[in-house]
Amino acid sequence: MFLIYCPHCGEYREEEEFQNRGQAHIARPLDPDSCTDEEWGNYMFFRKNPKGLHHELWVHAAGCRKFFNVTRNTATYEIKEVYKIGEQPKVVA
Amino acid sequence: MSDVKTEAVTVSVINQLPDASIQGQSPLFHADLATIAKSGPKTGGVTLKEEALLGHLTLRMNPENADQLKAAEKVLGVALPTQPLTSASKGDVVVRWISPDEWLITVPGLKAFEVETAFQKEMKGHFQVVNVSGGQTIVKLSGKYAQYVIKKSSPIDIHPSEFPVGKVVTSVFAKSSAIIRRSGENEFELVIRRSFSDYLWLWLQDASREYGLVIEA
Repeated sequence: MFLIYCPHCGEYREEEEFQNRGQAHIARPLDPDSCTDEEWGNYMFFRKNPKGLHHELWVHAAGCRKFFNVTRNTATYEIKEVYKIGEQPKVVA
Repeated sequence: MSDVKTEAVTVSVINQLPDASIQGQSPLFHADLATIAKSGPKTGGVTLKEEALLGHLTLRMNPENADQLKAAEKVLGVALPTQPLTSASKGDVVVRWISPDEWLITVPGLKAFEVETAFQKEMKGHFQVVNVSGGQTIVKLSGKYAQYVIKKSSPIDIHPSEFPVGKVVTSVFAKSSAIIRRSGENEFELVIRRSFSDYLWLWLQDASREYGLVIEA
């Protein structure tokens, strides 16, 4: 059993109810038309792939279907923090 | 966002119920539960009953909008459960919390259109009510061993200390999903999708075989 806390349901649920949707806090450029190809390419395609702490977007796919953020250690799978969209992580290093 | 003007929006609502010339068929119509109830065993550890042809409405709105909460209470006769994973019921109306801004309301099948129309009349602002009656059905499992069938099928902790009467969860059920509500100490309601109803009917028969399955019509 690997339990993940859903901040919307307010309880721990089994991992199979959740999906990982990749890196969190990716802001869309405010003015896409004036982006260089490199800036746009970085926004669209380039993602971090750290060994260690990573801020990720998760969705409670089989439950309330809401998105939230998870700070997770990619090497040990330990979840350090769960926080809602729009909030900033407290655990950063 | 306070300068956004809310204009009156008219939503066309269509009564989905056909006239009496067309027979209503629940998702488990083909299983012919009425016949099995007559010919099958009368005692066993698990009792299965389909609550067929109820009116299912999904409501989406802002849970912090006091006016909308009031309007919903006026239409349903019961306040919306705003606490996560709870439900509220009064008479034959059951309201299940699905998500912070989504509820599933079940009413008697013939009242669905009436309730849907009442929402459009009473509620103002940004909200949505959709009649999804055709897409799902409710299966009620009761009896001493009903909880064992749930335990076999879902990762949810259903111990009464974690899962009291009235709690609602949407979760994985078998290889499908279900909205599970504890409607009594030994009674569970599963809201299942039409497309998965046959699969889950077969699954439930198999999972409850060792306890003895009784079908109630």
